[in-house]
Amino acid sequence: LPPRTRTCSDLFLLSSRNDDLKEMLESNKDSLKLDAMKRIIALIAKGKNASELFPAVVKNVASKNIELKKLVYVYLVRYAEEQQDLALLSISTFQRALKDPNQLIRASALRVLSSIRVPIIVPIMMLAIKEAASDMSPYVRKTSAHAIQKLYSLDPDQKEHLIEVIDKLLKDKSTLVAGSVVMAFEEVCPDRIDLIHKNYRKLCNLLVDVEEWGQVVIISMLTRYARTQFTSPWREDGLFDENSETAFYESDEKKTENEDEKKSYMMDPDHRLLLRNTKPLLQSRNTAVVVSVAQLYWHLAPKHEVGVITKSLVRLLRSHREVQYIVLQNIATMSIQRKGMFEPYMKSFYVRSTDATHIKSLKLEILTSLANEANISTILREFQTYVKSQDKEFAAGTIQAIGRCATNISEVTDTCLQGLVLLLSNRDETVVAESVVVIKKLLQTQPTQHSDIIKHMAKLFDNIAVPMARASILWLMGEYCERVPQIAPDVLRKVAKSFTSEEDIVKLQTVNLAAKLYLTNSKQTKLLTQYILNLGKYDQNYDIRDRTRFIRQLIVPNEKSGALGKYARRILLAPKPAPVLESTYKDRDRYQLGTLSHTINTKASGYLELSDWPAVAPDQSVRNVEVIEPVRIHLYLYCPFPLTIQALHQGWPMSTQTFNTSSSEVESDEEKSSSQSSEESDKSSSQSEKSSSESDSEQKKKTTKKPPQKKTVKPTAKDRYHTIMKYTTLSNQPFFRSYLSSLGSRLHGFVPKKCLSRSLCFSLYTHPCPLSCAALLQVSGPAFVPEKSHDLLHRMTGKGLSAQYQFPRQPCLYQPSMVSVQISLTNTSDRPLEQIHIGDRSPTGLNMHCFNTIECLLPEASVTVSLGIDFNDSTQAANFQLCTKEDQFSVSIQPAVGELFLPITMTEQDFRQEQGKLSYSSATITMAAANTTSQPISRQVATVANLGVVPSGQDNIHRFAGKTASTGAVVLVTVELRGESTALITINTEKSVMGPMLLRDLKRALAQA
Amino acid sequence: MIHSLFLVNSSGDIFLEKHWKSVVSRSVCDYFFEAQERASEPENVPPVIPTPHHYLISVLRHRIYFVAVIQSEVPPLFVIEFLHRVVDTFQDYFGVCTEAAIKDNVVVVYELLEEMLDNGFPLATESNILKELIKPPTILRTVVNTITGSTNVGEQLPTGQLSVVPWRRTGVKYTNNEAYFDVVEEIDAIIDKSGSTITAEIQGVIDACVKLTGMPDLTLSFMNPRLLDDVSFHPCVRFKRWEAERILSFIPPDGNFRLLSYHVSSQNLVAIPVYVKHNITFREGSSQGRFELTLGPKQTMGKGVEAVLVSSQLPRGVLNTNLNPTQGTYTFDPVTKLLSWDVGKINPQKLPSLKGSMSLQAGASKPDENPTINIQFKIQQSALSGLKVNRLDMYGEKYKPFKGIKYMTKAGKFQVRT
Repeated sequence: LPPRTRTCSDLFLLSSRNDDLKEMLESNKDSLKLDAMKRIIALIAKGKNASELFPAVVKNVASKNIELKKLVYVYLVRYAEEQQDLALLSISTFQRALKDPNQLIRASALRVLSSIRVPIIVPIMMLAIKEAASDMSPYVRKTSAHAIQKLYSLDPDQKEHLIEVIDKLLKDKSTLVAGSVVMAFEEVCPDRIDLIHKNYRKLCNLLVDVEEWGQVVIISMLTRYARTQFTSPWREDGLFDENSETAFYESDEKKTENEDEKKSYMMDPDHRLLLRNTKPLLQSRNTAVVVSVAQLYWHLAPKHEVGVITKSLVRLLRSHREVQYIVLQNIATMSIQRKGMFEPYMKSFYVRSTDATHIKSLKLEILTSLANEANISTILREFQTYVKSQDKEFAAGTIQAIGRCATNISEVTDTCLQGLVLLLSNRDETVVAESVVVIKKLLQTQPTQHSDIIKHMAKLFDNIAVPMARASILWLMGEYCERVPQIAPDVLRKVAKSFTSEEDIVKLQTVNLAAKLYLTNSKQTKLLTQYILNLGKYDQNYDIRDRTRFIRQLIVPNEKSGALGKYARRILLAPKPAPVLESTYKDRDRYQLGTLSHTINTKASGYLELSDWPAVAPDQSVRNVEVIEPVRIHLYLYCPFPLTIQALHQGWPMSTQTFNTSSSEVESDEEKSSSQSSEESDKSSSQSEKSSSESDSEQKKKTTKKPPQKKTVKPTAKDRYHTIMKYTTLSNQPFFRSYLSSLGSRLHGFVPKKCLSRSLCFSLYTHPCPLSCAALLQVSGPAFVPEKSHDLLHRMTGKGLSAQYQFPRQPCLYQPSMVSVQISLTNTSDRPLEQIHIGDRSPTGLNMHCFNTIECLLPEASVTVSLGIDFNDSTQAANFQLCTKEDQFSVSIQPAVGELFLPITMTEQDFRQEQGKLSYSSATITMAAANTTSQPISRQVATVANLGVVPSGQDNIHRFAGKTASTGAVVLVTVELRGESTALITINTEKSVMGPMLLRDLKRALAQA
Repeated sequence: MIHSLFLVNSSGDIFLEKHWKSVVSRSVCDYFFEAQERASEPENVPPVIPTPHHYLISVLRHRIYFVAVIQSEVPPLFVIEFLHRVVDTFQDYFGVCTEAAIKDNVVVVYELLEEMLDNGFPLATESNILKELIKPPTILRTVVNTITGSTNVGEQLPTGQLSVVPWRRTGVKYTNNEAYFDVVEEIDAIIDKSGSTITAEIQGVIDACVKLTGMPDLTLSFMNPRLLDDVSFHPCVRFKRWEAERILSFIPPDGNFRLLSYHVSSQNLVAIPVYVKHNITFREGSSQGRFELTLGPKQTMGKGVEAVLVSSQLPRGVLNTNLNPTQGTYTFDPVTKLLSWDVGKINPQKLPSLKGSMSLQAGASKPDENPTINIQFKIQQSALSGLKVNRLDMYGEKYKPFKGIKYMTKAGKFQVRT
């Protein structure tokens, strides 16, 4: 039944209809119930009250029909607050659903449970949130982050407990959770900046992969964070902000005095990390993300880097009207401080007749701010068109804008004034009135030359009705009455006649004019003045009565007036400073850009101030996280019974002291490890690798320590049937490595298929990679290290500095995703080279671990340093600058595709298994004769690519395995000899680009000798 | 964040409300109605309205105001962008986003809104995910559901929600594998009285309709990527690849999506494809005005200019017009003073023109300004900037897809001042 529109009047009908809804809800048929619910939802949507159906609806909360259940949830959330007692009936259903194997059901149960605003269930909610926060599904954890805010708004007393949950969730590595938990953080405890420290780098690195809404929240939080933790990147000589170029040159001269200061500023690498990782988001399709990055750059970046946001902001002007409005507001604020940023895009702010009024006025505002000596003529020409616009309000705004340009740029003041005077003969009153007001302000700046304009305006007085304009003319007459001695009294005479019918503002100015004329020309105006003062004395408005009384005492001498009367002339006719015409957007940046407060120019509730930069940076080390070991192994064992570890490592020379983690972690790790497992994939933070499926990131499974310090791991009461243990070790402990693999094989037998609990299913779902595989995917040492080194910098171009690089093929110490590169630097010149270091690099996102600056390299001396470069699994060259104290040399390292791998060991069986999962490319080649024996082939392959040899049962088949350094995707190479001189090379890998490239290289190497 | 949402139609009735936190009385909309009354045009209602206890942030689309109620500090664009996303979703689901469509599908609308926000914070806005959670209503499905009692609501968490490619659902299967790309460029220009260009720029988008089985990995390369000055991507595009190689590499969402929008650098001179000759005069003291307009093609690279529509807001003093088009039809609304002329295709041999007289209010003075002329047109099979797609390759799947690419140029905000 389609919902029908009902009028409120037939109340009787409504209640009877509700009766039939009740009946339908109580029927046995789901379809009837569903129909009833749909009609109820339609009622709610219209804002009609359907609360009386609550008992009938709530009965269906446990329905099997999922759509019906969802609609009941919607209803429940809407009315629970009103019907608290009845709502409690549904709670047990949710508690049950919280344990459901389906993550969607768990999540939606938590969503509804936490949305029911019934204070009595606060403890239940708290418990549910805590449990959900360690759920293995990131989706459920995300829901729990949302629930935190709901509970907080229901009962702020829970704050402390909630902060614990937030702290826990902040550590979560899932991109899904990050945005939501930061949102909760902002709402519940935005001042607990200490919770962020440890997660700062992680958040920066995850940012690109977080969903767009989360990005906005995280970016604005990090902006605040950065303002409290880093020192200002803005130069002290901020006087030259306006024009960064002058600042640049000026600073040269000032160098001597400022040198110390300037040198002392080094941007915190974490500060740089934030700027670098947010920059790509300027390309987001989500306008909110773009603006939040823009504000981050505005508030955090060094002045000369802010320019990168300009293009993106201008691009947003093509978006919806509402988006334009907000973006233009932000640009208006920025353009006041930094004209140069938007000046090249001036034409994008030209007004179209179809723009909405508020857009037009914002564009005018910006154009006015952008005006300078160079472009003013273009802008004025554009303004001339606007003045003629049919939208008179807009025309009036343009006139004000012209006024502002005229005062700001003295060269055009006269031109503008003349233009404005021409407008005085315009037919439209608003235009004329606005011109009068603006001319008044302009004349104040240079009154001497312009008595004819004043005369002209006096003539206009009869025709103008707009109060503000009339008042302005009167003020002008009074102020410059000595320049127009003939006219001023006449104007006073005219206005005296109409005094009673004037607006208040005109009356006040009339009284002023009268007073000033009385002082300068009392002969002609004495009677007029007295007449006006008398009218004013009995005016309805108390302001005017007050003013009249004051003026009378001041100017008309009598015995009571005393000393002040003598100074009347000096008081009334004092030279007055010219008004400064300035933008309403000046100083708007006291509010963080992009915020609601900035838009409405008042502090919105819940606005969080952006603090000033600290003078001294707080401790940087708080952000350090424990070093991640280069190789980690996760090992999950599912045991149906208490498992005695000791039994397993009998005979292994391992003392518990080898592992230094505290024993208290053992139990808590149980839960944690399961949740972490599904998030390992996030490790591949590089965006380009999004495509790589979960399975391949599983394979580079790594982790740190977990000690079997307790001899027996007891299964906890609630989850008797699965014990998850996490074993980890350092890769360079070979005994432990083999211990693990043997452990893995022993435990294999312990896993009875029948006992697979649901959590195991889950784990298997997220872990397509079986136990043995995970344990065996270890990096081995390189099979062969070619001695070949490549020229990085020739001594001729390097002015004596020569550099060569080679790939040592060792796992990189700095970050596992990096490829290590050794550079040997030699000084071939005859003088020492100082401060050799690495300067700018490109692409800018290049993740590179530089060597420490070499203070001095003596003539003929050479030094070898090592670098870590994350090539991101592409053969794109890493470009950077090698700098000495005096010079900078651009160099680039282009890795052969084979250098981007790390060798791994695996058994032949695993090799085959992996092969089946990966796509492949292959080619048949003719081999050079010398290559047909086994040894040269492994050698040849190992020379080309850093792969490990897999033992092979067949003589004619050679297998090699490796993984990519950056993302850990597995690469498998098979060389099958067919006959005397042909061979089939097969490469199995996910990486659609690297595969063919490697194939090409191998072909070349094997076909040659 | 977002507390409540009210949908208001053009006559000022609230026809749908939804609350994500505790209920906010609909009387809060009175502040909105006040602002609406003050605004001369529907578009002039300010997007952000502060009230004593709440803030109202609204967007206007398809003559429906979507008014969000906010209680505390939030980036306004966050809300605006979200509201637009809601409208896009409705459009996607119901084909149109009108009051009638929303009222007809009020349950689906409610289910959607419920999924899109949790506690006022966006939960699922990706159309591929939403469509797995709540299937779009079709006639067939409605019939089937009535008979079998099955529902439109999915029981499993969409796989996209958890994967690293949240925009694509898994298990996509098509018998015909096709990928279509439309390169659509819009030219924005202001032409002054004498016919010279004051400002002109080209903005383009690439809209895609991809119906491919499995998890295809596509790369799209351009012949002349340097033309693209500023770009924004669908989240699926790998940014680093673009930075390094100027190649678009992505795993596409299933169905329709906007892959890329771009701006062509303003250094390149923009070729204006049409010209307008006009002669609009009002004489002082006379109640007649002359109106003459001729359109002609210019720099169109040999392609025909189609779907030409000229509109102009005549001054208030104009009572009526008496014009003669050489082709197409014209209308003049004496109330709104909007003149519109549907020209159709421009024939270069016989240029279309509109000539005649305007009758003005007797005694009224001559209007200060001549009206601005807005022009719309389309040029098929050509992208004005000269952008060309070089090739499209697919990796990761074994079948051969059918690939198609189409170019089009349109007028964006194309204004001629007279």
